[in-house]
Amino acid sequence: MFGKLSLAAIPYDNMIVMSAVGGALLLALVILGLVTYYRKWTYLYQEWLTSLDHKKIGIMYIILALVMLLRGFSDAIMMRSQQAIAAGGSLGYLPPNHFDQIFSAHGSIMIVFMAMPFLVGLMNIVVPQQIGARDVAFPLMNSLSLWLTAAGAMLVMVSLGVGEFSKAGWSGYAPLTEKLYSPGVGVDYWIWAFQIAGIGSTLSGINFLVTIMKMRAPGMTPMRMPLFVWTAWCTNVLMVWAFPVLTAALAMITLDRYLGMHFFTNTLGGNMMMYANLFWTWGHPEVYIVILPAFGIFSEVVATFSGKRLFGYVSMVYAVAAITILSFSVWVHHFFTMGAGPNVNFFFGIATMMIAIPTGVKIFNWLFTMYRGRLRLTTPIYWTLGFIVTFAVGGAGGVLLGMPPADYELHNSLFLIAHFHTMLIPGTLFGFFAGYTYWFPKAVGFRLQENWGKRAFWCWLIGFYLAFVPLYVLGFMGMPRRMAHYNNLAWHPYLLVAALGTAVIALGILFLGIQLVVSIKKRQALNDPTGDPWDGRTLEWMTSSPPAVYNFPRIPVVDEIDAFTEMKEKGAAYQRPDRYEDIELPKNAPHGLIIGGLAFLFGFALIWYIWWLAILAALGMLFTVIARSCDDDTHYTIPAAEVERIENERYQQLAAVAPGGPAGGQTIPAPVAETQ
Amino acid sequence: MMTTDYVATIGAAPNEGVGRPDTIAIQTFGFWIYLMSDLIIFSTLFATFAVLGRNYAGGPTGKELFDLPYLASETLLLLVSSVAYGLVMLALRDGRKKWVLMGLAVPLLLGLGFVSMEIHEFYGLIAQGYGPDRSAFLSSFFTLVGTHGAHVTIGLIWMAVMIGQVAVKGLTSPVQSRLMRLGMFWHFLDIIWIGIFSIVYLMGVV
Amino acid sequence: MSQAAIDSTGASRGSLKAYLTGFLLALILTAIPFAMVMSGAWSSAATLAAIFGAGLVQVLVHLHYFLHLDTSSEARWNVLAMVFTLLIMILFVGGSLWIMSNLYHRMM
Repeated sequence: MFGKLSLAAIPYDNMIVMSAVGGALLLALVILGLVTYYRKWTYLYQEWLTSLDHKKIGIMYIILALVMLLRGFSDAIMMRSQQAIAAGGSLGYLPPNHFDQIFSAHGSIMIVFMAMPFLVGLMNIVVPQQIGARDVAFPLMNSLSLWLTAAGAMLVMVSLGVGEFSKAGWSGYAPLTEKLYSPGVGVDYWIWAFQIAGIGSTLSGINFLVTIMKMRAPGMTPMRMPLFVWTAWCTNVLMVWAFPVLTAALAMITLDRYLGMHFFTNTLGGNMMMYANLFWTWGHPEVYIVILPAFGIFSEVVATFSGKRLFGYVSMVYAVAAITILSFSVWVHHFFTMGAGPNVNFFFGIATMMIAIPTGVKIFNWLFTMYRGRLRLTTPIYWTLGFIVTFAVGGAGGVLLGMPPADYELHNSLFLIAHFHTMLIPGTLFGFFAGYTYWFPKAVGFRLQENWGKRAFWCWLIGFYLAFVPLYVLGFMGMPRRMAHYNNLAWHPYLLVAALGTAVIALGILFLGIQLVVSIKKRQALNDPTGDPWDGRTLEWMTSSPPAVYNFPRIPVVDEIDAFTEMKEKGAAYQRPDRYEDIELPKNAPHGLIIGGLAFLFGFALIWYIWWLAILAALGMLFTVIARSCDDDTHYTIPAAEVERIENERYQQLAAVAPGGPAGGQTIPAPVAETQ
Repeated sequence: MMTTDYVATIGAAPNEGVGRPDTIAIQTFGFWIYLMSDLIIFSTLFATFAVLGRNYAGGPTGKELFDLPYLASETLLLLVSSVAYGLVMLALRDGRKKWVLMGLAVPLLLGLGFVSMEIHEFYGLIAQGYGPDRSAFLSSFFTLVGTHGAHVTIGLIWMAVMIGQVAVKGLTSPVQSRLMRLGMFWHFLDIIWIGIFSIVYLMGVV
Repeated sequence: MSQAAIDSTGASRGSLKAYLTGFLLALILTAIPFAMVMSGAWSSAATLAAIFGAGLVQVLVHLHYFLHLDTSSEARWNVLAMVFTLLIMILFVGGSLWIMSNLYHRMM
């Protein structure tokens, strides 16, 4: 009836896990209790869970990402503390069986359930506004992507208390992930979490690709798009053309495990090296998926806070496009040591080193943008400066690793770990934190407090160096990755420093949390009344903060890069339209939420071999899709009079601000003729 | 003239006002991009078949298993159903609801024939002990061909739903858009089949 | 019924002549490789080349006559996406074959 599932699946004997589960359950109960106490279930369901508004979907994505950041970071704390203790005679507090699940969960969560939701969330909030659109091309599919991602995250969270997680690393190499070597449910949790979330990501890629290509405001030719939109578009190209490879590879491992097939087994003709080949064919584009949006954010932030147009716009676009194309052709550098000959390794090594060139172009362009600008040292600029310095160094490490002979020494050592974390933390994460700080007022209506932001930044920067510079050294000293225990005592002091670094980062996370709480408390003082708190250059700063549900009352017409700056310079930024129009928007819909929930049940059922539940869930998803397809009443109209009312409120708020306005000297027009 | 002013004319921007006129164009383009992602899934399965397709592990080879006249019938069924669907699209363009309704039954039935033949082939192989668990060759064969068959099955379900929608709602704009996307899907699957019968079956027998 | 909606998309820009021409070409391009394989009268190199060639041409026939891909402005982005996908396919499939055969020869 319940397949393999029984009460024995709960790891009662493991104190650490049980306390984590207990804590999580308690927190969940508190949150559910508060929602019930304040009678907010209807509000939550109607305004958020079934919303098709890209701005709200984006916020929910980012909430998911931040929660999973905490979960992934707690894995990091455990690994660092274990390695700080488990030298020589001491075995530490984490047996290998547990340690292996922790490093597997850490990588899986941080890439697929922290970085991906974070970047998709930022794209959701920002891209439609930056191109002058009202929503994405496929709003329901957008909601579906969110809930599929959440379903995958739920599976990972549930694996903590019911069963176990995979011990085969975030990359899940065969034959370790085959049934013979991993008979438990751990690998199945990993498979279904990734597979379900992966479908969500592919759908997001399609959605935003079409949105950017088909829904730009009139006059916004491709070479007038903001850089964040360019990097978003390139990211989506990577998502659409790379994720299907993961889908197929995971499907094949699933067939091996569930139906006894022989794709990657040791016997009967399987070839486990093919798994590594396919995984990294996806895996390399994936890491560019998580870095390109950060590059886009840095371009926006640097231009805005330097008060200058981005230097070398055209070369920036070509650089991003080159990175995108090249990233499809370097994947063997993840397995130089798997046994390919020198000609294969040579080709992919050269391609790898070539990717450094367009990246270097971008760094110089950011520096030239700041040069002779009037740099405002805000929190987003702090994150950017920390990125530029550190990423360049880590990138050089990447060029070193891109040489196959060097890689033979350093592959799977802590040097590798240090390299990719230098890409992911100062690169991806700092970029996302900069974007989070930069666009927070747009999404929510008030700014984040600067001082706590800067304190958080310093802790992250210093903590990062403390945590990862020792790892570079340890890599040269020969320490491999993923070690629960080691005998070489010479490594110990470095790992102690690394653990200290983790503690400093933890402080940084705490400060980010404090920043959020303090900002909410002081939101009146931090209020953003005009929608343009930074004297921004692109169209999203034209809307109110938070924007009306329709973003723009009339779609703007564009004829330059940095369209909003141009409007402000010509005094046309806040002009009332001569009249308002009815606006059509998608109605809220529960289908994304329902399918996401069913997807979770589907995955859970397959993990535990509860076949009847899996079939029911699959049928449920099919029927939900069919039901939606038969529903043609999916939009509602906001009448022009209502639009006018909302806009008049906004103009009143703008007029109440000092006449200087955010850009200085910007006149806010008084109400003119009423609409017909 | 400041062209960054708001534009006064109705429908100046594609996503302006009520009832965006380019909704169908956006939907079909989005579906095309989805088809490209599906093509990558099939490419991965083809690549795997190319790598593992000679790993017979002492089991049967394609030459021993494949029935070419049978394959020819399957191919014909799918090709005719593809052309038939094209003719349905012509009827749709002319707004002939009855012809669309009756016409859709043709690719539906032919497609059902195709899937039945494929299930019969798979069943036969498994009954002889040549299932997908016998060798890497058979794993990749069953998965590639089976994934195509699964897509065809979903197309058939979609077709049945569309017959229902045409009957109940008539040839409304959303119904037309869905029929167009189904058509793209159906033709795409026939293209994949060309790859399959060429590379898996015919090349496997040579 | 909105005539404009249909015309703007390209998906139903076909004609009876186009579908029948495509059908005929597809039949011929299917018959050729089948006949060559089933008769066994040709060398394996020739047969393989014919299978591959006929298959490729038939794919193009389907793309043009059934999916209405051509050089018109409406189909431009579809064609571009298709070409890009083709390049990625060649990279992935060709790359995988090269890598895996290299591994095979060195390690097995």
